[in-house]
Amino acid sequence: MNQPNKRSYDIVIVGSGAGGGTVAQELSGLCRQGLRIAVLEKGPRLRDEEFTGRELEMAGTLYENGGGFLTADGTMTLAFGCVYGGSTAVYTGTSMLPPERIIRRWDVPGLAHADLDCRARKFMVENHAHLLEDGLINQNNRLFVEGCRKLGYDARQFPVNVKGCRGSSLCNLGCPNQAKQGTDRVQLPRAERNGVEVVTRCQVLSIGERTLAARVAAKPAGGKGDPSPWEPGDYQLEAKVVVLCAGAVNTPALLLRSGMGKRLPRLGHGFTCHPAFIMVAEHRRPITNFVGHPKSFYLDQFAESGRFVLETCMYFPFITAKSLAGFGEPHSAFMRAFPRLQMILVLACDEVDAYNRVTIDGGGRPVVNYRFTAEAIGGLMRGAITSAKIFFAAGAVRVHMPVAKTTTIEARDAGRLDEIAAHCEFTPGKVPVSAAHLQGGCAMGSGSTDSVTDSEGRVHGTPWLFVADASLFPNSLEINPYVTIMALADRVAQRIREELPALL
Amino acid sequence: MRTDAAIFRAVASTIVPEAAALDDQGWRDLELVVEGLLRARPASLAGQLRLFLQLIQWLPLLRYGRPFTSLDQAARTSVLTHLQNDRIQKIRVGFWGLRTIVLAGYYGRPAAARAIGYAASPQGCETPT
Repeated sequence: MNQPNKRSYDIVIVGSGAGGGTVAQELSGLCRQGLRIAVLEKGPRLRDEEFTGRELEMAGTLYENGGGFLTADGTMTLAFGCVYGGSTAVYTGTSMLPPERIIRRWDVPGLAHADLDCRARKFMVENHAHLLEDGLINQNNRLFVEGCRKLGYDARQFPVNVKGCRGSSLCNLGCPNQAKQGTDRVQLPRAERNGVEVVTRCQVLSIGERTLAARVAAKPAGGKGDPSPWEPGDYQLEAKVVVLCAGAVNTPALLLRSGMGKRLPRLGHGFTCHPAFIMVAEHRRPITNFVGHPKSFYLDQFAESGRFVLETCMYFPFITAKSLAGFGEPHSAFMRAFPRLQMILVLACDEVDAYNRVTIDGGGRPVVNYRFTAEAIGGLMRGAITSAKIFFAAGAVRVHMPVAKTTTIEARDAGRLDEIAAHCEFTPGKVPVSAAHLQGGCAMGSGSTDSVTDSEGRVHGTPWLFVADASLFPNSLEINPYVTIMALADRVAQRIREELPALL
Repeated sequence: MRTDAAIFRAVASTIVPEAAALDDQGWRDLELVVEGLLRARPASLAGQLRLFLQLIQWLPLLRYGRPFTSLDQAARTSVLTHLQNDRIQKIRVGFWGLRTIVLAGYYGRPAAARAIGYAASPQGCETPT
C-alpha cells in the first residue's frame, strides 16, 4: 500500500470561495515572515478561455455535482460552486452589506453590526461593487422596476462587483469576460502573489489533531481546467492552524466525518438556504433578457412582513425549463416564448428549524436534511402572488405560477390574483425549488451547547481550528450573503494574526 | 435496452412535445446529453431511472389495458400528470428527476436553444444584431 505524501504548513485553508479567498489574502502578508500557507480547493482552476458560457458544459465543471446536488428527500436542488473561487465564480456579483436588523437578531456575543459593516465596506471597495451603469440595465430589469413603481413598491438596485461587464448575462456559468470580481479575480491572485500556495483538485477527507488527510484527483479526460499542482494521490498534511471555508454543506460534513459531532452537538444544525423558485411571464414583444446584467434589482420591503425577497433573474434554456412547473404544451409554450420572457426569483426568508441540518451518510458524504416550514412556504406563496402582480403591472400577457392549480395565468385574470392565491398549493417534489444561499451548520455562539464556534470562528475547545464561511451564520441572512461572509472571514483572519505567537 | 429507449422517447415526447419531431441525429444528441449526465452521477441513479421507466411503461395496464408506449398523447399526458401529482412524495420526486433529465437532454442541445430564440453570447451587449 502506498504511503501518503507528506506536507507541512503553518496555516492550511480549506476552500477558496468568499471565506477562503478572504482568509488567504488577509493572512498572505505572513508569507513574507516565512510562514507557509496553503489553500486546498476541491475544484479545478480554469483558464480564461475555458469559460465558454455553454450551459451544461459549464454547470458540469463549476458546480458541486454538476449543479444537481439534491436535499435528502430530493425536493430541492442546492447550487454551490466547486472551483477556484468557489461560489464567487458563479454568483451574479450582487454585493449587499450585512443588514443591521439581522445581525442584531443573531445576538452573537462579541459580534457587533458596526464592526461587520466596517469590514464589509472594505470589501465592497476592494471588489469594485457599484451600481451598474444604465446601458447595462436590460428590459427584463426595467420591467421589474416599472411594475414595482406602478404598484407603489420600492424596487432597489443591487450594487454589483463587476469591472468591464459586457452584459453577457452568463454570470452563473462563470463570467466569460472575467468582469466579475470574485475571489478568483481579486483575493486569491493577490494571496498567491504574496506566496500562498493554492492546490486545486484537492479534497480534504478528514481532520485530526493539527493534521489533515487529503486526496488530489487527476484531471478527468476531456475535462476543463489545469491539472492540480500536486501529483494525484493521498496526502497527509501537518498544519499548526486550520481554517475551514468549504461552505455550509461541506464544512459541517468535514467536521462530522472527522468525528467531532459528539463534542459539538450543534454541528450541522441550523441550516438555512433561502429556498427559491422562478416566476416567469410572457410579454407581447421581445424584450432584452439574455443580453445585459441578469440581476440588477430587488425588492426586500416584504422581508419582515411577508418573509420573502424578490430579485430579477435570467437563466439559461435548461435551467429555465427545469424551473417551470409541469410539462407538455403549456410548458413548451413558455419555452418557445423565450425572447419575450421576464423572470423574477422568489426567495423565502427561512428560519432555523430543528429538522433542517447537514449530516453525513455511511461514506462520509454530506446529506442535507431539509423540510419546507410553513413560514418558508408562506413566503414563497406570497412572493409568487406579488411577482404575478408586478408582471401584469409591467404589461405581461401571461404568467407562469408554479404553485397555482393551473400554472398559466392570463392577463384577463390579473384582477383575480388574490382569489387564485387562495387556491394555490405548495407540493414538495412537484414545485421546482432550488437554493444558492446556503448558510449555517457551524453557527457562532457562546458555547458548545448552543453553537460550534465563537464569534471569531474558533471551534469551541479546539484552539487551532477555525471556520470562516457561511456555515458560521446562526440564522438566515435574508440577503445575498457573500459580502457578509467576507466580513466574517476578515474577523477570523485578524484573530489568527493577533494570536499567531501562541498558535505557532 | 432497446425497449428502455422506446419508453424513454415516448416519455420525452410527452414532456417536450417538440421532441416528437426530432430526427435520428436529434435523438442521438439528446440521448448523448442524458448519457453524459448519468455518467457523472452515481451508477445507482441510472438503475433507478430504468426502474422508473418500467413503472411508467406498465402502470397504464391497470387503467388503459395497454403499456405507455401504445397510448395516444392525451393518455400519456394523463399518466404522467398522475405521477407528477401523486400523493406519495417519492413518486413525485422520481418523476421530477426523470423530467429534469429529459429537459436537460432536450434543452441542453444548442439546436434547441436556437429554436427557442435563445442567443446569449460572451459578447453580450456588443453582439451584432
